[in-house]
Amino acid sequence: MAASMDDFEPRVVLPGDSLMGHIPGELHGKMTLGPGLRQDETKIFSTKAGILKRKNPHTFWIDCHQKRYVPAKGDKVLGVVTQKAGDVFRVDIGGQSQAILSYLAFEGATKRNRPNVQVGDVVYAKLLVANRDMEPELVCIDSSGRSQGLGVVGSDGFMFRCTLGLVRRLLLKDCPMLKFLGEKISYEIAIGMNGRIWVRAKSIHTTIAVVTALTNCEFMSEDDMKKMLRKLVAAGFHDSRPKPN
Amino acid sequence: MTALSNLEEDFILKAIEESKRLDGRQPYDYRRTKIEFGVERGCCMVHMGDTRILAQVSCEVVEPKENRPNEGQLFVNLELSPMASTTFEAGRLSDYGIELNRLLERTVKDSRAVDVESLCIVAGEKVWKIRLDVHVLNHDGNILDSACIAALAALSHFRRPDVTVIGESVTIHSPQDRDPVPLNVHHIPVCVTFAFYHKGKRLLVDPTEKEEKVMEGTMVVGMNVHRELCTMQVTGSMLILKEQIIRCCQIGVVKVSELTELIKQALEKDKTARAEGKKFGFAESHPKKSITSKVIPEQTLDTSDVEDEVSRIMETAELPEQVSSKLEIKKPGLGQIGDGLTNSWLDDGDADEAEEEENGNSKEEDEMEGAIGSEDEDEEEEEEEEEKKMIVTKPKAKDKRKGKSKAYVSDSEEEETFTLDNADLDVIQGTKSQKLSEELDLTAALKKPSDKTKSRGNTRAKGGKKKWKKEQNIKDRP
Repeated sequence: MAASMDDFEPRVVLPGDSLMGHIPGELHGKMTLGPGLRQDETKIFSTKAGILKRKNPHTFWIDCHQKRYVPAKGDKVLGVVTQKAGDVFRVDIGGQSQAILSYLAFEGATKRNRPNVQVGDVVYAKLLVANRDMEPELVCIDSSGRSQGLGVVGSDGFMFRCTLGLVRRLLLKDCPMLKFLGEKISYEIAIGMNGRIWVRAKSIHTTIAVVTALTNCEFMSEDDMKKMLRKLVAAGFHDSRPKPN
Repeated sequence: MTALSNLEEDFILKAIEESKRLDGRQPYDYRRTKIEFGVERGCCMVHMGDTRILAQVSCEVVEPKENRPNEGQLFVNLELSPMASTTFEAGRLSDYGIELNRLLERTVKDSRAVDVESLCIVAGEKVWKIRLDVHVLNHDGNILDSACIAALAALSHFRRPDVTVIGESVTIHSPQDRDPVPLNVHHIPVCVTFAFYHKGKRLLVDPTEKEEKVMEGTMVVGMNVHRELCTMQVTGSMLILKEQIIRCCQIGVVKVSELTELIKQALEKDKTARAEGKKFGFAESHPKKSITSKVIPEQTLDTSDVEDEVSRIMETAELPEQVSSKLEIKKPGLGQIGDGLTNSWLDDGDADEAEEEENGNSKEEDEMEGAIGSEDEDEEEEEEEEEKKMIVTKPKAKDKRKGKSKAYVSDSEEEETFTLDNADLDVIQGTKSQKLSEELDLTAALKKPSDKTKSRGNTRAKGGKKKWKKEQNIKDRP
């Protein structure tokens, strides 16, 4: 197994490519297929254009440049409350249908003590139910009733949209971009798997800088990121400097 | 994109108050605007940031309207497809669509930018009807300005078929017959849209979709380079000061002259490309995009002596022998190599000599046979290929090429003249079965043929070749 792991190299695949040749033979019959892969009888085909990736021991998926979000259970997403309907809020999470969020699904909320959520607020929530043909359901608490950082996102800062690929890159364990950026500028960030990112820095000026840096870093190497950040610092987006007007 | 959240709205408004915009522009800046023309005449695409507009002009002969018997017709149609934005519906035009359509019509048609009288063929009977279709391909704000640019660029780019009228008969000439004629475009009116914020105090030029969602109202100023006002419209729920209107017009003057210059440049560029027979059209004007961030920059390789080298090889090399393609069995047990080709490598006069040498030096004879077989087929082509390969200057796949050019040089030369010897076979084997080590540089590959030509000149000094082979071995095998 170890040997075959070394053999596997991420490769570019196109929709309709048969992947039997790229996947080590001993794995056939026991593997987990992620997004972009489809099984057709005994063969596996790709349905997306992207890079075939693998996670030990036999999970395969395709990393691709995509903007459309398909809700998946357990994803943490950023949504905009669009409607208060009885005891639920309708939340736009960018999926094909709006998600519902019960007002009881907030930390410390009871029938009497309703959370203060207004239409137009941004919530950071987790997908509890995400099935095809069903309304996705959100919660802002974990199983023990704690918020764990979920809930209504403060009224300042800025939310912007980006590709799902960028989100995944930023959520990687040691994302160099967030680290490098943090060394220069202090900021808060909430990353939704639905391709929305909320950022807040000390001033509007720096927030815009962070947003620009994050949107631009998608296809950058680490060196390029560092170069870009150096430029940002040179342009006056540094914490220690007084706020330029 | 659906509804804007409260915090986005607040943020944009606060940023505007500080005279800042999300994309880093100044309040009076346009986004990067690009004008492209299609292969067809009268087809124009405008990019303004992420907003994309496609305009297409077409023409047909129709009967004129009764009240205007000697005027052609200009029909303007703006289409907001659901492809541009999820908020647009298919088929029916929304209020916003109707407003845009009317504004575009006012700017293009009512300003008399196109001379309709010259579109008359036979008064009261036949006139040209020019149809201008504007499609919004992607909506990221400021559709009107980009649509205006696209419309005027497309109209100036369009050519209608030439017509001759002799007595009663009207002839419409095909483009092959007579060059199509351009429309008479008197002037180029361009719209500049201003978005107002903070009770009309702040204004932005070229608002994006998000900025449009937050704005209180807009003012559209349609103008041409001669500072002639063609359209003016104010919408929204705010009061504007007199000074603001004057300021907008002044900004408009500057922006209009910039945009007109842009249109003229694009038209000129397309014209020269067509005149000089260069490639034109959308595909040409798009930069080749790739998703990889790592790109090897182009490097220059020293190819100054390559041509001499090639010409020397070409001079010295002999024509390859005609190889019969018939399947032939010479002797029972004699190797039949390749696909229906005869084995010619022992037929030569040098056969015994070569064989001896091979026996002495090589332990890999068996493997070699395969290599030679494939070699025979390509013999003739290789000489040409070799030349191409040698003048390659792109650094891409540099190492591979090095290996290849080397292999080609060796076999094309040796094969044609006499039997392959070990040195060549080793090289072939080396390149085909294992990657050539990177230490070998191109100069070595280039020097090699010259060594060989020399050695052949001296009635093939075997010793020299052996020596060369040894070096080769040392280099090849890590």
